[in-house]
Amino acid sequence: MAPVARSGSALRGKLPRAFRLVVLPVIVLVLWEIGARMELFNPIFLPPPSRIFSAAQQLLLSGELFRHFADSLRRIAIANVIAISVAVPLGFFMGLYRPFEEVIDGFLNILRPIPPLAWIPLAILWFGLGEKSVVFITLISAFFAILLNTIAGVRGVDKSLVRAALSLGATRRVLILQVVLPGTLPSLFTGFRIALGVSWMSIVAAELIASSSGLGFMISYYRELLRSDLILVGMLSIGIIGFLMDRGLLWLEQRLLPWRVRLEL
Amino acid sequence: MNEIALEATGIKKVYTKNGRSLEILDVPSFRVREREFITVIGPSGCGKSTFLHIMGGFIEAQAGSIQIYGKKVDGPGPDRGMMFQEFALFPWRTVAGNVAWGLEAQGVARARIDEVVLEQLDMTGLRDFAHHYPAELSGGMKQRVALARVLAFDPKVLLMDEPFGALDAQTREAMQDELMRLWERTHKTIVFVTHDIEEAVYLGDRVVVLTARPGRIREVVQIDLPRPRTLEVKKSIRCHEYRNYIWDLIRSESAR
Repeated sequence: MAPVARSGSALRGKLPRAFRLVVLPVIVLVLWEIGARMELFNPIFLPPPSRIFSAAQQLLLSGELFRHFADSLRRIAIANVIAISVAVPLGFFMGLYRPFEEVIDGFLNILRPIPPLAWIPLAILWFGLGEKSVVFITLISAFFAILLNTIAGVRGVDKSLVRAALSLGATRRVLILQVVLPGTLPSLFTGFRIALGVSWMSIVAAELIASSSGLGFMISYYRELLRSDLILVGMLSIGIIGFLMDRGLLWLEQRLLPWRVRLEL
Repeated sequence: MNEIALEATGIKKVYTKNGRSLEILDVPSFRVREREFITVIGPSGCGKSTFLHIMGGFIEAQAGSIQIYGKKVDGPGPDRGMMFQEFALFPWRTVAGNVAWGLEAQGVARARIDEVVLEQLDMTGLRDFAHHYPAELSGGMKQRVALARVLAFDPKVLLMDEPFGALDAQTREAMQDELMRLWERTHKTIVFVTHDIEEAVYLGDRVVVLTARPGRIREVVQIDLPRPRTLEVKKSIRCHEYRNYIWDLIRSESAR
């Protein structure tokens, strides 16, 4: 197809992409640094970027940041592996068999609105403080994101493809494996990405309360020491890691589902 | 005369909604002979698509039966190849993968599949696009893939539901010529539903004109135009006479 000139092309041409991405963060950092040095606000509550930077160096060099990060990541991995292995098959069958969905649905619909964090007290009673409780909370938040997207994916499979497959002699088994399953994959990936996002939200909250390690714990620990620079390092780490993991999944999706990316061209 | 390939007997279809029933289709008898190209046309909402989907086994009629070479139809099956207006290609499969689909589903040997796919791609002019995904193709190309996919399967009867309805006028004409060219080579038995009168006359051996709801067979018009159908045939006066005749039939139905 012939390339179509877009209205914003003049602006696109003049500003390189890298510049457009960093311009706002740089301005914010510069103003922030200046504000802190001029003591426009109390640096105890909001330290200047330069202090945060050296705090980050300190945490990185001591290995402390990495240790907490590894703990959080391990919990997220365990929680998501369990969530995927339960929610994907469950969602698939719920999407395929209406009566099965109706049996499960009423029950799930009452559990679903309960925020994962509301499970923390019960989780602590059941599993005690530590690893298991944190994994449990993370698991609950990831579970529903994956389940709902799996069901929606199965339902959303193009009905004309099902008819085409049947007229090409597909048996029920072939229909499910060759039409419904690949047709559900895009929605599955959306589910994984959302699950990863909410995993980070709930794991930090869970670690604040129920753990003595992990990035969530680190943040709450430095609050007691009034080290807002180290708190900010922890927060930024979560932001950066979350972003990178999302991009990683997106990259994986483009590799595994090339036909879909081309659709978006 | 050739053998009867498809026979519909006593087909009645009624839709019930909110306690009110609506008669959609009433076809006591409809026969298609082997190697025949039948086009079905009628005012919009006359149930012509419903009729085709009943023949395909996707919709169940309240009464009547469909037989393919004397064998009663019970649901969709590979003896009847379907083509849809919406292409219905598998987006995660390449062109070659789509053409191979039906054969794979039936467990045909790989070497044989490759052979048939190549042959179909050549016949439909898709060879250079074998490794493209459907999303990269134009509408006309997509429908060519759908045609190759269904021909690869070698069904006894081809059922086509307004297959060129979503294409622009020029592409549609090109596809009609393409279909005629392929048909001259294979002489597949085809039932082709359309709302385009010219298309119905140009392609068909017989044009079945349905009445407005409920759809009944108003008239079956024998089209005595020479084959192969060429542009000359399309431009001929006889072709226009058929067109005008069927046009009047449909107009009188729509006004009813």
